[in-house]
Amino acid sequence: MANFSLKVNGKTQEVDVDPTTPILWVLRDNLKLVGTKFGCGIAQCGACTVHLGDNAVRSCQLPVSAVGEQSITTIEGLSENGDHPVQKAWLEEDVYQCGYCQAGQIMNASAFLKRNPNPTDTEIEDAMNGNICRCGTYTRIKKAIKNASSISNA
Amino acid sequence: MTLIKTTYNRRSFLKSGSLAGGGMILGFSWLASCKPTPEQVSNIPKEWFDINSFLKIGDNGMVTIMSPNPEIGQNVKTSMPMIVADELDVDWKNVIVEQAPLNTDIFQRQLAGGSQSIRVGWSGLRMAGATARHMLVAAAADAWQVDASEITVDAGVISHAASNNSAGFGDMASKAATMPVPEEVKLKETNDFDIIGTDRLNVDGPNIITGKPLFGIDIQEEGMMIAMIVHPPAFGMTFKSMNADAVKSMPGIKDVFPIDVYKDETEKQWSDAGGIDKLVAIVGESTWQCMQAKKALNVEWEESSALESTEGHNVALTKLLNTSSKQPARKDGNVASAFKKADKVIERTYSAPFLAHNTMEPMNFYADVTAERALFNGPIQTPEFLEKTLASRLGMPVEKIDIKMSRMGGGFGRRLYGTFGVEAAVISQHMQAPIKLVYTREDDMTQGTYRPTYKVKYKAGLDKEGNLIAWHVKGAGSNDDLLFENRFPAGAVDNYLAEKFSLETNVTTGAWRAPRSNFIAGAEQAFLDEVAEAAGKDPIEFRLELFDRAFKNPVGEPENNDYDPVRYAGVLKLVREKSGWDGSEKNGAARGVSAYYCHNSYVAQVLDMSTDTKSPTVNKVWCAVDCGIVINPMAAKNQIEGGIIDGIGHATYSEMTFEDGKPQHKNFDTYRLIRHKEAPKEIESFFVDNGIDPTGLGEPSLPPIIGALANALYKATGQRHYNQPFITEKSVIG
Repeated sequence: MANFSLKVNGKTQEVDVDPTTPILWVLRDNLKLVGTKFGCGIAQCGACTVHLGDNAVRSCQLPVSAVGEQSITTIEGLSENGDHPVQKAWLEEDVYQCGYCQAGQIMNASAFLKRNPNPTDTEIEDAMNGNICRCGTYTRIKKAIKNASSISNA
Repeated sequence: MTLIKTTYNRRSFLKSGSLAGGGMILGFSWLASCKPTPEQVSNIPKEWFDINSFLKIGDNGMVTIMSPNPEIGQNVKTSMPMIVADELDVDWKNVIVEQAPLNTDIFQRQLAGGSQSIRVGWSGLRMAGATARHMLVAAAADAWQVDASEITVDAGVISHAASNNSAGFGDMASKAATMPVPEEVKLKETNDFDIIGTDRLNVDGPNIITGKPLFGIDIQEEGMMIAMIVHPPAFGMTFKSMNADAVKSMPGIKDVFPIDVYKDETEKQWSDAGGIDKLVAIVGESTWQCMQAKKALNVEWEESSALESTEGHNVALTKLLNTSSKQPARKDGNVASAFKKADKVIERTYSAPFLAHNTMEPMNFYADVTAERALFNGPIQTPEFLEKTLASRLGMPVEKIDIKMSRMGGGFGRRLYGTFGVEAAVISQHMQAPIKLVYTREDDMTQGTYRPTYKVKYKAGLDKEGNLIAWHVKGAGSNDDLLFENRFPAGAVDNYLAEKFSLETNVTTGAWRAPRSNFIAGAEQAFLDEVAEAAGKDPIEFRLELFDRAFKNPVGEPENNDYDPVRYAGVLKLVREKSGWDGSEKNGAARGVSAYYCHNSYVAQVLDMSTDTKSPTVNKVWCAVDCGIVINPMAAKNQIEGGIIDGIGHATYSEMTFEDGKPQHKNFDTYRLIRHKEAPKEIESFFVDNGIDPTGLGEPSLPPIIGALANALYKATGQRHYNQPFITEKSVIG
């Protein structure tokens, strides 16, 4: 066990955990931020996607000891009032079915749009290919990302 | 005018009462078939708060509607309350939806499965809303001393034009609670619906996009520990022994112990089915600590029955298809003599592998069991069945068992089988503490309860004019005999023979989205495409001829044919029109068509596949659906799109295989699911507007798309596909 000071959603939080613990479980079990989801544990499904700085990362593969000073943003901290352009677009398109993978989809899409504010369909498909949606909301996710892109650029 | 008797519901009591501080609470049993207990009858006010089966109207006009059924992503938490709200004539923006807990005394069929929530709930939900509206109107009529028939209600406002009186629901709610519950109520004409048939956003949307704790796996309770299980590595193996001493001293680990999930002396209940009787439980402070312990633990397993393999299953299924059934499932005419007379005979065999459900939220359940009572919370499609199983396993009456239903991160049939709930109960009982059981993805994927593996052999005979004169189908599956012998084309062919076989295996199987249909529809519709081609007919025309026959001159008694040929033909005609089908390629795209009936609904699809890339890509799917009245078109289209993507994905990429009883895929690195790039570029859905009471929607779009895909692949590549997943055959998608 070791102490770590983590910057999560703009706040500094102290945790005492095994240094190999993936950030996913620190968020869910220690910090009670359960919006970040467990899907596969081997970085194949994208349900656990969070932002490390500006980058989308798989929190199930990121040990707490590797985070250091970098800031972590989860779905709970993406915006103060749930009004990030990607969240708004998701609402408008009524994207979700079961909803379980969507935090990961939204976190991946928001990091992607920051890098590429005007993506083509193919770029969206490539960027989102690591996030599985078992309910099959892929066509709506694509629409929502295009919609979010136009909200951001308006 | 439609009148609906409320009396049958009075058996379980439709009552009203006042809310403290003003307002009305209406207890109703929209899905009730039940017998009230004596306490319920004698103790009315208490009942309101006990039964949790109600519609509440606050003095500010806000209406709370309980959603009775479990939510797995099929959107009933939005669509069921919409039906109540429409008959109530409340403004949807003033509705708050709450998930009802399990209460088998009050609700009937609190179950997510078979695409039946809306179909079964329809009348009761409407009655509930109409009854509340009736009582609000009666209250206003009494207050204003006017005739109730002159009163109008619009969006939560009650008005009487002649006396110039007007009041909100909130103003009348307390008084309405004192009005007698009507013996019968008037329901709206379908063209008067103003919420039903309109797009309404998912009521949980704002919570989903902000990561609120909605799902079972998100449950956090004071003093709760995490539990994990270790199950046998192979079907046919069982627990022998273990040495857990070293693991027990690992950081955070509280206990490691074997559990009897199913106890020998108890009668096997629904939620015991398909479970693993003996497991090892690990309980600890955190998930990661449990995962580490799980890796370090050495358990010795022993063989208890045959260690099966995929090759063995295939050989056994083929052998079954080469035998004859002594008692065919259905026999019309004489296929043997018809095949002799036929001008052309075509015979093809199709197969599909076992599939895991792979809900994105792995199995999990919260349990807090003490000697006095047992509390549960989590994702379960069959809470009532689980409660009965728990009562049996814990030796506790159901009254002492309380189950809350969390939102589910997918169901697809997997959470019909709640052994994980029983496991959680037994672990909590052993620990004498609340626990949350969480499966790893590997546990989830290798536990079983798979979609069965199937094989089907079709033989069709055509006369010189290209008429279908004989149809012989033989179907077989693992622990499942596959066929629906009275579905199309039964009734449309003079000589028809259906034979079915079940292969006993120890690999556990269960319902997987659109059971049986998820394979048989694709096989049948791909075969029909080949038969139409051999007959020299357009595939849609060929099908329409058969439906025409089944309508005008059905073979056998019409009631023995499980479909309505007119509605079936209707969706085919609609999709033909919308896709501009004329039998030729469109814009260089290869096209396939398919139609199927299941879960009381009819679906026809045209799929366009581009042929200009190295591997074919699905450009567009047109989908025509007849599911009667559509409650929420935006959400209905989501279900249709999901089913199409699910069907294309599994038929193309997914399979579970076995060697020596061991599942050969444990996670998404080798078990392939469809991803963004492989999904159709566009899906357009059309609903038949016929005002018929609503039928199933969560499953029916999946089965036929596999046929449309196979038929388009043939046009794109020249190759017919017989064995799923298609990626194991020559051409691939995307």
